[in-house]
Amino acid sequence: MKEIVIISGKGGTGKTVITASMAVLAKNKVMGDCDVDASNLYLLLHPVIKEKNEFYAGLIPSIDLKKCTNCGRCQEVCRFDAINIIKGQTVINLISCEGCGLCALVCPVKAIQMKENHCGEWYISETKYGPLVFARLGIAEENSGKLVTLVRQQVQEIAKKKNLELIIIDGPPGIGCPLIATLSGANLAVVLTEPTLSGLHDLERVVKVAQHFGVKTVVIINKFDINLENSAKIKEWCQDAKVETIGEIHFDNIITKALVKGVPVVEYSNNTVTKEIKDAWQKLEYLIN
Amino acid sequence: MIISVASGKGGTGKTTIAVSLALVLAKDKGKNVKFLDCDVEEPNAHLFLKPVITNSDSVKIPVPKIDDEKCNYCGKCAEVCVFNAIAVTKKKVLVFPALCHGCGACTLFCLEKAITEEGNEVGVLEEGKAGSINFIHGRLNIGEPMAPPIIRKIKKRINNNAIKGGNNDIANNHITIIDAPPGTSCPVIESIKGSDYTILVTEPTPFGLHDLILAVEVLQKLKIPYGVVLNKCDIGNHQVEKYCNENDIPILLSLPLNKEIAIAYSKGIPIVSLDHSYEQKFIQLFQNIIK
Repeated sequence: MKEIVIISGKGGTGKTVITASMAVLAKNKVMGDCDVDASNLYLLLHPVIKEKNEFYAGLIPSIDLKKCTNCGRCQEVCRFDAINIIKGQTVINLISCEGCGLCALVCPVKAIQMKENHCGEWYISETKYGPLVFARLGIAEENSGKLVTLVRQQVQEIAKKKNLELIIIDGPPGIGCPLIATLSGANLAVVLTEPTLSGLHDLERVVKVAQHFGVKTVVIINKFDINLENSAKIKEWCQDAKVETIGEIHFDNIITKALVKGVPVVEYSNNTVTKEIKDAWQKLEYLIN
Repeated sequence: MIISVASGKGGTGKTTIAVSLALVLAKDKGKNVKFLDCDVEEPNAHLFLKPVITNSDSVKIPVPKIDDEKCNYCGKCAEVCVFNAIAVTKKKVLVFPALCHGCGACTLFCLEKAITEEGNEVGVLEEGKAGSINFIHGRLNIGEPMAPPIIRKIKKRINNNAIKGGNNDIANNHITIIDAPPGTSCPVIESIKGSDYTILVTEPTPFGLHDLILAVEVLQKLKIPYGVVLNKCDIGNHQVEKYCNENDIPILLSLPLNKEIAIAYSKGIPIVSLDHSYEQKFIQLFQNIIK
């Protein structure tokens, strides 16, 4: 079983569009959407949900106002400025709270209890391209890394059960906790970039993270013709970093048109762009085997 | 006043909007403009504002350090740590700095007083000037997972005059612009909380709409007033406009897809520097926010 993750550092470079096309092109595979903040892959793959599950992670405090003496001890120890005494009344700001539980531990009258935090949902679904696991982190919640790990575990289980050889993961933007949770232990990371200064800057950082975690990395340049000079710079940088550039995709509004129709672009059209995506996929298939 | 620029979906143009707004407002000599790039995982605003960095500061999380002579391996520290950042075996205490949130529970509950705290660097903060704009951004170190501590430190630099001004002259002349990371989870919340207003940047595609709806939920939860900037407004379909109209969400500014702008962006040139006729649009954007 092999696991490919599609990442980018910078958001909006085309991760989901490319992942959806790979879902069409690959055989014997299962898909996972690890962008749990804003999961979009399902908008192109149109799944039938088979199983909906609740996601609990971390703890949140709640105060029993009858017991609380407003002594201020909890406020004193909280390092996240999540506790205030407003008009003589202790108030916990759950948005600032990190769930460390120190307030509950120090409360002399045991007025604070830590409760399990419901912070999202995850789904097992079936699409015409194969199974898809995706999730939705609750609004303003933490623990995205844990939800990502859960999605990956579920995808791996499905692959084992159904004897599927390949896992394709749509990753989150950035280089922090959800990205690290998506990346660690994967067989191959595909970084999708664009020839802008931001794209290049963010590519460098995300490739370094992948290398830090020992994951083999390749690069695809999307919209490469928007700035050929920057595309050349990206390729040069990749060469120095010993990262192979396996594809270059033209800028074409056919991608937006397919998106509006809600279909993977390789199913929507047959032109230069889709040929470039197919070529990139063939190289990936070769690399992963 | 504090104006943050956010979006559920990445790559919709947050930095483009934040930078252009800051540049236009800074042209007004009566205004004091501060720019905070809170996308510490992938900070990009410096590529456009090209600040001269004059000060750099390490951001550290206090992580426990165990004094082996005092420790009796009782396990209390591991018991109180909800982040599983400490494991205690018979003759060894293991600390995992990447999991530690620096809450201090272990230090407080160690009966032998065997724990002191030392700073574990998770990133850096850099400050400088871009023309008259006071510029601050942070960078998460490669391989570190937690962005919020860096964002918290950046936000401590907000000018007191700018805090929660409401609509008055002093507030309107002390402006802090925050460029937020994409998404809807903790780094976004940390960046935008406390703002007087949030601009949500989106594009008229199914992804743009889907993620805008999530971002609107965030702002409703935080009780921050908000409006939408529709970028590349002539691609895709009309569903975002329809959604905004149906939900009484103001569309503050619409910008069509323009190849020249896209090319300028790729070179790190802000819209308002490329084409001065855009300045008026951004002044209008600000007027729409304060009215």
